[in-house]
Amino acid sequence: MRLRDSLRRIRALVRKETRQILRDPSSILIAFILPILLLFLFGYGVSLDTKNVRVGLVVESPSPVTASLAGAFRGTPYFQVSEGRDRREFEDSLMRGHLRGIVVVPKMFTEDLAAGRRAAVQVLTDGTDPNTAKFVQAYTEGTVALWLAGQGSGAVQAPAGLTVEQRFWFNPELASRFFLVPGAIAIVLTLVGTLLTSLVVAREWERGTMEAMMATPVSALEIVIGKLVPYFILGLASVTLCLVLATLVFQVPFRGSFFALYLLAAVFLLPSLGLGLLISSLTKNQFLASQIALLSGFLPAFLLSGFLFQIGSMPVAIRFLTAVVPARHLVPSLSSVFLAGDIWPMYLEAIAILALMGAVLLTVSVRMTRKRID
Amino acid sequence: MDTPSPAVVTVRSLTKRFGPDGPPALDALDAEILPGEITGLVGPDGAGKTTLIRLMTGLMAPTEGHVEVFGNDTRTRAQAVQEAIGYMPQRFGLYEDLSVLENLTLYAELRGLPEQDRPEVFAELLRFTDLARFTARLAGRLSGGMKQKLGLACALLKKPRLLLLDEPGVGVDPISRRELWSMVENLTREGIAVVWSTAYLDEAEACSRVLLLNEGKLLFAGPPGQLTGRTRGRVFRVSGFQGRKRDVLAGLLEDPLVSDGVIQGEALRLVLRQESPPERLQGMVMVPAEPRFEDSFVDLLGGGPGGRSVLAENTREFPKDDPKPAIEARGLTRMFGDFTAAADITFSVPRGEIFGLLGPNGAGKSTTFKMLCGLLKPTRGEGRVAGFDLRRDGANARNRLGYMAQKFSLYGDLSVAQNLDFFAGVYGLDRASRRARTRMMTEIFDLGPYARQSARDLPLGLKQRLALACSVMHEPDVLFLDEPTSGVDPITRREFWTHINGLVERGVSVLVTTHFMDEAEYCDRISLIYRGRSIALGSPDDLKASARSDDLPDPTMEDAFIALIRKSGADGEPKGGTVS
Repeated sequence: MRLRDSLRRIRALVRKETRQILRDPSSILIAFILPILLLFLFGYGVSLDTKNVRVGLVVESPSPVTASLAGAFRGTPYFQVSEGRDRREFEDSLMRGHLRGIVVVPKMFTEDLAAGRRAAVQVLTDGTDPNTAKFVQAYTEGTVALWLAGQGSGAVQAPAGLTVEQRFWFNPELASRFFLVPGAIAIVLTLVGTLLTSLVVAREWERGTMEAMMATPVSALEIVIGKLVPYFILGLASVTLCLVLATLVFQVPFRGSFFALYLLAAVFLLPSLGLGLLISSLTKNQFLASQIALLSGFLPAFLLSGFLFQIGSMPVAIRFLTAVVPARHLVPSLSSVFLAGDIWPMYLEAIAILALMGAVLLTVSVRMTRKRID
Repeated sequence: MDTPSPAVVTVRSLTKRFGPDGPPALDALDAEILPGEITGLVGPDGAGKTTLIRLMTGLMAPTEGHVEVFGNDTRTRAQAVQEAIGYMPQRFGLYEDLSVLENLTLYAELRGLPEQDRPEVFAELLRFTDLARFTARLAGRLSGGMKQKLGLACALLKKPRLLLLDEPGVGVDPISRRELWSMVENLTREGIAVVWSTAYLDEAEACSRVLLLNEGKLLFAGPPGQLTGRTRGRVFRVSGFQGRKRDVLAGLLEDPLVSDGVIQGEALRLVLRQESPPERLQGMVMVPAEPRFEDSFVDLLGGGPGGRSVLAENTREFPKDDPKPAIEARGLTRMFGDFTAAADITFSVPRGEIFGLLGPNGAGKSTTFKMLCGLLKPTRGEGRVAGFDLRRDGANARNRLGYMAQKFSLYGDLSVAQNLDFFAGVYGLDRASRRARTRMMTEIFDLGPYARQSARDLPLGLKQRLALACSVMHEPDVLFLDEPTSGVDPITRREFWTHINGLVERGVSVLVTTHFMDEAEYCDRISLIYRGRSIALGSPDDLKASARSDDLPDPTMEDAFIALIRKSGADGEPKGGTVS
């Protein structure tokens, strides 16, 4: 009988919370609009620089051969080429950052090539942005090598140090998107679980509804469950949205199973929700709750999960620190669900760690959410 | 206990502190709440009313002592306590994004009202609160009075044996307040014990018993008449004096035989320390008056603070014969979307006069106010302050006015001295006069001991003093006071009005908003604002006279307000939301 009363109260709380979510634009914003923005940002924004990189192409002495080479530069999707006769035309643009590099085809290029001598192409890049500089260099090499191979004349030998096909196999543009989009799901789940949950609980404190509710026979545990269930479901709905966007819009492969994806997401939501509840019961203030949620949930998930930055290349102390970031345990499994297929031993380890974290955080937050206001 | 007590709540040597070294919010309290009557929990803000109610709900634990509700210790058996009580917190505890019916359903589930009983109980409560027409409306879209009734309905779903209401009457229009009162009174006939906390002392008079709290201490417990009787025979309505009423009052308050006094329309209301009048009253008309709870409260605290305003004595004299009005509102109208917050507000305030805007929260007082300080652009109409058109010369107008905003609007993180210095700087005082004025304000308002304290940590009365000090730093000739004495204890209120009266005597013009009905009588003229419109304008005596009837030979300001609302035909259902 008491259990039935308890279940009835939980049902009433869940129904109330669901109505509020549906009516509150900010919940919809965090659970659906923000994920879409994030995915587009990581799907397109982050990889945008590696496509259509603006370079200047200087052909000092035009010939049919150099015209063909210029055509190869124009044809590649990685460069957006402006052509000229003299490198000085582009130096200013390079310094202003309008161009990422200048490719110079020297006067002697045609002759050297015809004579079977080593024909060199000079690349000038903006060293202040080493990533892009390397990128321009690598792609210039690749484009020239591909063009040489296309010339088909056995007389021409590829310049030493160029490995034609490898460059295109290891395609940083595609790899980054494939890796970032699944990783963004961990961020989205952190947003829903930690940020949104801490906000809505803090709001109840601010508006005085928590006080009115606590003065009824409802128990602290029932209040917590009434909050967890709707946001748990909302989190899984966000995952579904991300899955649809990732596979349909960003063409990310999905090689694992749905069961694995949802199981991982569900277990990951436990520590996220636990942290959100803990924050709000400690602060009872929306502004503070959102700040702490961003600092303790969102930023670690962003920076320390291996999603953007390789954990292996972090200092040892930071590497140890990442162990307590739930997202760090989810990200490798998530990328394997999408890119590699199910690897259950890895999943089970992640699930065990996340479940343990969830259990600790939820227990603490239930203890903190006592029916007390002093 | 030797004899079984009928009390539903027993409070035994209860002390509550926040933080180990903090001052006690409640200090060694002993009290009882009896069934079948309304117990008033009376006192200014910060007296400990909310803390005591929360302790009764079991949501707070006592630092020392015990609270027992129906024999259950709130510390150990909170669940049993919460099964038996209905509680309406200060902001009613409603979910604003849920409809009336959804709120009722939620609380019905939480309180365990059986499903088969619901239709009947809901129907009864909706009829009782007159909300049946609005079941589908979101709670956030209800007027203040309707929210309050819905909050009450939610607390009554499973008929409680103890009903705890935390300041249910604050800021609500007088009609709703009276309706709520009669609803609650009906409940007591069924044996329910009701605790009604309030800072309005006139509400205390209507309770069966009161617990009067001040600074965490229980000053009085018993029927209100017992306390009110304390000043019986010593209260007089004084008229027929020579000179200006505020000047006369200031002089009388300095007399050691006068305990307390306020302006009441064109007359004075005095409480004497003894039954025989002092000599100064010779030649004036003295009519014995019915003592009020507030008279006795002030008397219990040792009488009012005297009539001298050092602030006014140190303020320069402004010419009172200037024919141009100090403040002028012509057809001021402000819309928010399709909601009219203030419609066609027109009045003018001559120099050296106090003009009051009286009305419930959300009526449009603050909106009118903000338009006149140039903080809000009117949709239509125009306003002038000190002769300056607010649209063209807003900056000049603002230089001439002092503004004390509703609630605390100083910098809580700055110390008292830093706040004073900052405002002196903002008003463009040069270094020498800045130093002189801040030193003077510190002395006048007795802020010296608190100079280094953060403004946030001051008690409410001191905060209000500091706010007034900051607003008169530059000797403005027009003063705007938005709810200046809301929630402060009656002594601080008296002190405040002594300053305002003194400044007015110097030729300062004052615009004040209030929802205290009796405070309206301190004004020369008032405008009653209700649902965005001015429904009446006149002197307090005239307005009261207009409500006089055979049933009500001596109407109070509240009676007058209610009669005027009814007469204006504005007591139907409000349109749109509320904006204060």
